[in-house]
Amino acid sequence: MQWKDILEILLFALPLLLLAPRFGYWLAHRLDQEQPTNFEYNFFKFFGFRFGPQTAKEYFKDLLIFHLLGLLAFFLIIYGIRLATEPMSWHLALNTAVSFITNTNWQAYSGEVSLAPLMQMLAPTVQNFLSAATGMAVMFALIRGLRNKDSNTVGNYWLDLFRSIGYVLLPLSIFLAFILMSQGVVQTFDSVINYVTLEGQHAQLQLGPVASQLAIKQLGTNGGGHFGVNSAHPFENPTALSNYLQLVAILFLPIALVFTYGEMLGRRKHAWTIFSVMASIYGIGIVVSLLAEHSSNPALQGMPFLEGKEWRFGKTASILWSTATTAASNGSVNAMHSSLSPIAGMVALFNILLGEIIFGGVGAGMYGMVIFILLTLFLCGLMVGRTPEYLGKKIEAYDMKLVLLALIAPSCTVLIGTLLSLVTDVGLSSRSTSGPHGLSEVLYAWGSASNNNGSAFAGLNANTIFYNVGLSIAMLIGRFGVIFPVLWLAQSFSKKKILAGNAGQMSIESWMFGFLLFSIIAIVGALTFFPSLLLGPVLEHLLMLRAHVM
Amino acid sequence: MSRKKKAEELELWTKDIVAEAMGMSFKKLHPGALFKNPIIFATTLCAALATLAMIEAPDAFSIQISAWLWFTVLFANFSEALAEGRGKAQASGLKKSTQNLKALLYDVETKQEKEIDVSLLKKGDIIICHPGDVIPQDGEVIEGVASVDESAITGESAPVIRESGGDRSAVTGGTMVKSDWLIIQVTSEKGESFVDRMVNLIEGAKREKTPNEIALTLVLSGLTLILLCVVLSLKFQGDAIAKDAGMTQLNELSLISLTSLFVCLIPTTIGGLLSAIGISGMGRLVKEGVIAKSGRAVEAAGDISVLLLDKTGTITYGSRRAFEMYPVGEAHYDELLRKTFLASIADETPEGRSIIEFCQKNLRGDFPKTDRHKTFFIPFSAETRMSGVDIDRGDHVAQIRKGAVDAICQHVQAKGGLIPQDVQEIVVKISKEGGTPLAVAADGILLGVIYLKDIIKKDIKEKFAELRLIGIRTIMITGDNHLTAASIASEAGVDDFISEATPESKLAKIRSEQMLGNLVAMTGDGTNDAPALAQADVGVAMNSGTQAAHEAGNMVDLDSNPTKLITIVQVGKQLLITRGALTTFSFANDIAKYFVILPAIFSAIYVSEGHGILQQLDLMRLTSPQSAILSAVIFNALVIIALTPLALQGVKSSNLPVEKLLKRNVLIFGVGGVIIPFVAIKLIDMLITNLGLI
Repeated sequence: MQWKDILEILLFALPLLLLAPRFGYWLAHRLDQEQPTNFEYNFFKFFGFRFGPQTAKEYFKDLLIFHLLGLLAFFLIIYGIRLATEPMSWHLALNTAVSFITNTNWQAYSGEVSLAPLMQMLAPTVQNFLSAATGMAVMFALIRGLRNKDSNTVGNYWLDLFRSIGYVLLPLSIFLAFILMSQGVVQTFDSVINYVTLEGQHAQLQLGPVASQLAIKQLGTNGGGHFGVNSAHPFENPTALSNYLQLVAILFLPIALVFTYGEMLGRRKHAWTIFSVMASIYGIGIVVSLLAEHSSNPALQGMPFLEGKEWRFGKTASILWSTATTAASNGSVNAMHSSLSPIAGMVALFNILLGEIIFGGVGAGMYGMVIFILLTLFLCGLMVGRTPEYLGKKIEAYDMKLVLLALIAPSCTVLIGTLLSLVTDVGLSSRSTSGPHGLSEVLYAWGSASNNNGSAFAGLNANTIFYNVGLSIAMLIGRFGVIFPVLWLAQSFSKKKILAGNAGQMSIESWMFGFLLFSIIAIVGALTFFPSLLLGPVLEHLLMLRAHVM
Repeated sequence: MSRKKKAEELELWTKDIVAEAMGMSFKKLHPGALFKNPIIFATTLCAALATLAMIEAPDAFSIQISAWLWFTVLFANFSEALAEGRGKAQASGLKKSTQNLKALLYDVETKQEKEIDVSLLKKGDIIICHPGDVIPQDGEVIEGVASVDESAITGESAPVIRESGGDRSAVTGGTMVKSDWLIIQVTSEKGESFVDRMVNLIEGAKREKTPNEIALTLVLSGLTLILLCVVLSLKFQGDAIAKDAGMTQLNELSLISLTSLFVCLIPTTIGGLLSAIGISGMGRLVKEGVIAKSGRAVEAAGDISVLLLDKTGTITYGSRRAFEMYPVGEAHYDELLRKTFLASIADETPEGRSIIEFCQKNLRGDFPKTDRHKTFFIPFSAETRMSGVDIDRGDHVAQIRKGAVDAICQHVQAKGGLIPQDVQEIVVKISKEGGTPLAVAADGILLGVIYLKDIIKKDIKEKFAELRLIGIRTIMITGDNHLTAASIASEAGVDDFISEATPESKLAKIRSEQMLGNLVAMTGDGTNDAPALAQADVGVAMNSGTQAAHEAGNMVDLDSNPTKLITIVQVGKQLLITRGALTTFSFANDIAKYFVILPAIFSAIYVSEGHGILQQLDLMRLTSPQSAILSAVIFNALVIIALTPLALQGVKSSNLPVEKLLKRNVLIFGVGGVIIPFVAIKLIDMLITNLGLI
């Protein structure tokens, strides 16, 4: 590590620490209006949407129908219109459609050859906006639930969706897209440039409307790239500045929304506590990864870990990206995660397996974090001798049932999915290698799908019926298996009265609460995945130290 | 008091109870009983699975593992049985007192008595109890006055008066009439009296789980489900890795090891002790002389944020005491004292006695002497509002009177006397300070004013300060006027008060506090308290109170001590703290268990120089893979027994501020829970190695 690396990390942290919180506060004031404005009123009336407050059931129903229609449209576009050079199989099309509507953006295909430019705009890019906005909408519903008392409603899905896209995602994306274009990211409907190489061979350069998709891919924690190799492609990430901007964009909204959450609940300090917990887990991950990457590989006679890294930007930028993209449920890559050193790979894997709550997906990270906050308050809050409560709402058996559902859905899907891969031939044969690294590949795939991250440990050949269908199911469970309990929690809280805040309850702003939240996240994560990580990355690391070549 | 409690504590650990609990541990292996506790049910299934695997291939390791898994279940049952046994011992005296009794049915019209068996008594029946009779059921006195011995329930040996009408009309089944007779209307069916309800809360089989207990069981079960997936998935991940490492099969990845790992990971500690904690919490309340009608109310007590306390008896001693005497006009201090003494000789009220005490302490010179034959006492009457004494002095009869200021003034004016100018000033001063003025006159001359003061109980101010630290506000309720109430409130250090309180204003205050999101507790005894008792989140009825109050509250305090409310809140808190602490401990333990068991299970892959590569993670350097797994299982079982006393007695609850309390508990049960198993498992491993068990 050199001073340049340190400077790079500081530069990366600066806008996230200074700008993101302020932007979050501003967002809270901009979006926090119970009644639709005149413009919204007319817009909704014109399209015939209902805009009255909805119960969680109505909210979820609208959300689900909208997603099913989106899924259908997506599927028909990419499977029905066979314009691309390599049209997709039905299961790959299904997998891709599910992946984009769930904000996962798992890519078992290469965008440049499987999708024509217009299709890229109509299907993935549209869903990039919608899925990110849905994450924000669900977070707003949860906030309303926590603020209401004796109420039956959690807000209006369409209004939340409209505001999230119209006031946040769209303007930011347009802004970012223009800057990225200035750096040389392509934006054109020309799909191919044919040229002759020096050896006299005919070759093609793939082009397309990259910048418009790239901006929302990063801002909306989507991660699905125009190109198969994602942001490691020069047309998707041409300069150091474009790399830097994308890196910041990955974490910008997830961090800002933590503060939006705090501001809308009138608890800024609480937001800072949550942010500190997220930041410390994230920070520890970066430090561990960097130490691992900057060490040397005894199996290669002390050579550093060079393979698979993006050498235009250097190792530190690769690590910053790999930790950011897995902490936020983004999933875009600028280096191949399979090529990370075992321990850095483990950090990326662990970030995902924790449930995408360290910043996490846009909106989704924050409501996922609330699940852990409730678990922490429930388990540790008892120790002050009061029935646990959050923001004056009593946490009762029904609420805990929902919290557990949100915890169990993704984590058990990962474990069961991994198990299925290991007992089937097709599951096993898709691995690029056997042994611990092969296990990591499988675990990473299921983890990434179930937690809606979307990045891949590469290596694994996921384009088989088994993985395409299996991971589709995992993505659906990971997305709706959490949104469902969160909305019902919002409803449950909305009905409850708000107990007077007083000295008898444990503070949700103190460092002690932060410590407990950190511990619960770490312990629950460790309890669930320690054995798998032990057999995967840890074993690989130990074998590497022994210079064991597989 | 504390010594007495300690003695009780020891008594409850008797051989009988422990022996019975041991027997019960086996009886509780009945699937129906086990199914109520998902964690222990899962442990039992694992023990059964391990036993099957052991029968297939018995060796020292598998035999010991399955034995210890069964012990884990038995230990959990034992802790529950022990808690029940202690509860039963506390309640058995009560239960016995109403068994095999005869009751005398009373016919109001014919005035005839008919003997029937208690079991035939119905709600609404009218019975008569003579001296020496045990009252067979809870009821309300409709005729008669009697002294009743309630020691069987309250432990208080002095008999209490029970009479029809008024606030002392309720009687409890199991108490005994000492003198006179009572005609009682039975108010509860068999099996629904206070005693029955109390026994139900203590006996595990009939006990209903409290809301928080249900929620906690749910969380523990959910996490157990995740851990089941973990262990299942681990089996296949392990097999795959072993196969890739060139092994046909990993011997250590056996059913025995996996069930051991599963049982060690699931929260057996808290799962096993959960019902013991609940039962003993109720038991502690019974020991304090409080009967809760439901466990829900006890739990709610921990959440109380506002206490409504009656001034009289809780904040002040029941009676006012003489605090100072002010001579008025031309009267001398000593003369005032002497005359006041004479006027109060026959006054048996606590106020009267305190006046005598005051005079004895402050009077210089001789005490006035009285001749029995020439002294006539005038008792207090509501009409004259004064009392005193007439002394025949031969030539005239000296009239000495003491009473309400306006009554005495009228008396003086009627005799042609004048009211000195300074009286008004003194009276106002006393009222402002929250006292009650009494005037004294002799032979038509107003001598002075007595300052009667409400004396605030010792240490009550400190108690309120402690309550404030743990987030509880106190509100004083009094019938006094605003001025008096304000003065006492500030002296006692309560946060708020209601003066000139009526039943309606109490109810309104409770409602408004609840609207603000507070949980309110109060005590009450009269019939007019019933609506407020019912509205409060925790309503404690005094045992001495009316039946209506008993019905409306959700707890009954057998000692009729309003200060008990504070104890009830503490018991409720302690219950939750104990649960939270043991849950934290249980999960913190898992870290060490992973570090013990996983390296052991995977000790055989990638072996070089006699050590598996993953054995590097065996931080404690345990003897062998088998001894490691066995030690973890033994630790897991023993920790239940080791923590049983803590579960039964509750985590020490001190009135620390919330943040300090949390810090202390996190340090002991969280950090301690991480470290202790590392040390303990190492010790167990050394022990079983040296004993040659493995």
